[in-house]
Amino acid sequence: MATEFQLNGQAVTVDIEGDTPLLWALRDDLDMTGTKYGCGIGMCGACTVLVNGRATRSCITPVASVANATITTIEGLDPNGEHPLQKAWIKTQTPQCGYCQSGQIMQAAAMLQDFPEPTDEQISSVMGGNLCRCMAYVRIREAIKLAARELNGGDAVEVSATGGADNE
Amino acid sequence: MSKFYRYLQNPEGAQQEESSQGISMSRRGFLIGAAGAGFTLAFFRSGLSFAQPEDVVQSQAFEPTIWYHIHPDGRIVVNIAEAEMGQHVGTALARIVADELEADWSMVELNHVDSDPKWGLMVTGGSWSVWQNFTPLSQAGAAGRQALIEEGARLLGVSPDQCQARNSMVSAGDQSISYGDIVSRGDLTRTYSEEELKQMPIKPASQRRLIGRESMALDIPGKTDGASRYGLDAKVDGMVYGRPLLPPTRYGSTVNSVDDSEAKSVKGYQQTIVLEDPTNTVPGWAVVIADTFHAANKAAQRVKVDWTAGDTANVSEQDILDHGVKLIENPDKGSIMFPDEGVDEAFSSADNVLEQDYITHSVFHFQMEPVNALAYEQDGTWEIHTGNQWQSLIIPVLAKALGVKESQVVMRTYMLGGGFGRRLNGDYAVPAALASKQLGKPVKLVFTREDDSRFDSPRSPSYQRLRMAFDGDGKPVGMEHHAAAGWPTQVMAPFFMPKGANEEPFDPFSIQGAAHWYSVGPHRVRPISNDLANATFRPGWLRSVGSGWVNFALESFMDEAARKAGQDPIEFRLALLKAEGKNAGEAPNSVGGASRQANVLRRVREMSEWGQDMPDGTGLGVATTYGQERNMPTWTACVAKVNVDRETGRVKLEKLTLVTDAGTIVHPDGARAQVEGAALWGASMALHEGTRFENGEPVDRNLNSYTPLRMGDVPELEIEFVDSTETAVGLGEPATTVTGPAIANAIFAAVGARLREIPITAEAVRKALQA
Repeated sequence: MATEFQLNGQAVTVDIEGDTPLLWALRDDLDMTGTKYGCGIGMCGACTVLVNGRATRSCITPVASVANATITTIEGLDPNGEHPLQKAWIKTQTPQCGYCQSGQIMQAAAMLQDFPEPTDEQISSVMGGNLCRCMAYVRIREAIKLAARELNGGDAVEVSATGGADNE
Repeated sequence: MSKFYRYLQNPEGAQQEESSQGISMSRRGFLIGAAGAGFTLAFFRSGLSFAQPEDVVQSQAFEPTIWYHIHPDGRIVVNIAEAEMGQHVGTALARIVADELEADWSMVELNHVDSDPKWGLMVTGGSWSVWQNFTPLSQAGAAGRQALIEEGARLLGVSPDQCQARNSMVSAGDQSISYGDIVSRGDLTRTYSEEELKQMPIKPASQRRLIGRESMALDIPGKTDGASRYGLDAKVDGMVYGRPLLPPTRYGSTVNSVDDSEAKSVKGYQQTIVLEDPTNTVPGWAVVIADTFHAANKAAQRVKVDWTAGDTANVSEQDILDHGVKLIENPDKGSIMFPDEGVDEAFSSADNVLEQDYITHSVFHFQMEPVNALAYEQDGTWEIHTGNQWQSLIIPVLAKALGVKESQVVMRTYMLGGGFGRRLNGDYAVPAALASKQLGKPVKLVFTREDDSRFDSPRSPSYQRLRMAFDGDGKPVGMEHHAAAGWPTQVMAPFFMPKGANEEPFDPFSIQGAAHWYSVGPHRVRPISNDLANATFRPGWLRSVGSGWVNFALESFMDEAARKAGQDPIEFRLALLKAEGKNAGEAPNSVGGASRQANVLRRVREMSEWGQDMPDGTGLGVATTYGQERNMPTWTACVAKVNVDRETGRVKLEKLTLVTDAGTIVHPDGARAQVEGAALWGASMALHEGTRFENGEPVDRNLNSYTPLRMGDVPELEIEFVDSTETAVGLGEPATTVTGPAIANAIFAAVGARLREIPITAEAVRKALQA
């Protein structure tokens, strides 16, 4: 069954079973492997992508259900990988193993649409669905706040390739 | 150098000399030879006959456990044989080389290498990487610097002693030349004997420019844009997907029949194969093969396999723990870690004895990337694509499974979506290889999360009994520690097991932490292998391994001992942490001995609210450790602050304060990240996660019932490192082992309930409150 949708700004068609989870369509048919498989039941968040701007667990989303939708994955969040969240993730040296971080960043991107200046409670609630087994949670929180500042017109997140991390 | 480390360096058991630097660099020299464009700088085994360094480099006959290459454009590529699993190991190791080399850090690149015998032993674990590589990497950098200065001086027409190297430039007065230009125009060819290498001028700590300074980790950018490649991302043309069908027991199950009639309607389903495994790694396994993972997964739910289960089909967590008690109560069981003269006398003449038992339950690795592997044969070589921490351990198993020579198996390197010790055990690659061999085509075997949980090598449940003898003044005069658990090293790497004082071998990793630095009089440590655990599942090395359960028991017990002696828990410990006798410490690894543990303990007391009045239901608890190995001590202390709801029994972890003395810190922000993660892992295992075996299998399979710590559970974290230029030791694990007992001790301080079992549940707290 052919399903068409917009992926990172491009029209794509996949001819696969309609009940195939979007995750595997992205990874195996469209070669977008930045989106990860973690639990398969929507509870770890590693597979999070944006479907029409909403954070969606692609592992439990049948590809047929996203026909004609607009989908953004980590590869398409910013053409140069320099979305304020991505810069903040580097600035705070958040990723350890990194496997969950695509999902964390996509979930955070959706959250900042809903809560441009998220409180700690809002961050805990929204990001509580994203497991980080390396437990880089302190830095994820800090990175979200840094990115929010830039998105709200505050200081841009500056990242130098060789400079120091700014965690004290 | 520890016995374990000698095993590690040389598992066949050949004798090696000990070096004063704490790691064996004996019988090695260093050479620099032209290779393609640029020069390669590498160690070689002395005794190797060579005419020209070029020949050695060309033939790769050197011993390149560590080597790097300087290109004419000035790029410096450092080869990393350690697995990258979030610890930014490449960054730390490359900075050690680059500091001595006086390299421009922005020109340094990492190359994570595939398996090859030329790398020597490939294993990443035990928090060893920085500790074991610090000296050789420093020497390698210094040798390169010396050669570049000599050659730069020649090209500049000055004498070497007029030159200095800095930021990838050699300069003399107002003249200078870049490393890239030296490589393009000069001839760096050199050899250094073992003796010359030892004399290599390593910079004093005060002249370090990269070690100890902040830096961005080189692996991080690719982890923010989806570019990093993990094992799950590996693909090859013509591959089919497989999902395993796991038998009802880890060992001993056999397949009677397979009925795939209902799977045949699944589009893309191909077949179900039963694996024949000469290595007994995955006995009784079947694999569902399909065009896509989705099809394999869907079909797997419709394939019916009839198994005859193995002997452990009815084993429960309680059975394993009960067996542990029985083993402990039989004095003939187990190994005696070191001679223990006087222990029995100390107890028989004691005024007072304290005895307590402690239990820890099974814990999953639950690394975010479920295990997986892609396997195929190409031109007579078996390609295994997967993330792995101990290639040298699994390659012989893969070779046996495939019926080929070890030299015909290569493991391709990927980022690891979490290691935590799970991927030290490469068992998950074996069914992929077997399936590929059986089918004659590439197989990508993907475990679902549920498969991964069932097939995990969990942290074994443990049962421990601790005893302390006191004199009339309440001073400890003798101690015993008996610990029964499944032993990963016995099951997977028995060559690693040293013999105890009674000649019985023991798993060093399953008792680490017990050989503490407290002066408590005669001390008996008896590690016991729980054979029922070993038979029921494959016990795993999980972040800090035995220290995780050992230190929960030990530091909970020290708290109980302090209370029994009527002393403040920190004062009680400080009085026992005396740098004297066997606890005096020795160069180079444990300089200062117990006094450094006392120091972190005093410092954490200053930083926390220790001794202050707390609101009702709130309390502080302390725990400390030397980490894992007495020969690689990472002095760690932690104070936990908790609030306990007396009605519900719910424990809220409010704050963790941690002080770590790991000697020289190479990559400070990376070190901090390791302590943050390790501390929270410890908290998670104390309060949030744990499973149990029923009917031979873990009852939890996924996040619907297995509940690791999440964002909202994170306490305030205050972390400090002791400023030190002592030997750099390991950092990935020690903090894991202190948070659990600190939390349990804090609960006691808060509400007087003593919890001797982790994970600590609200129900257990309520029960303890009623007791």
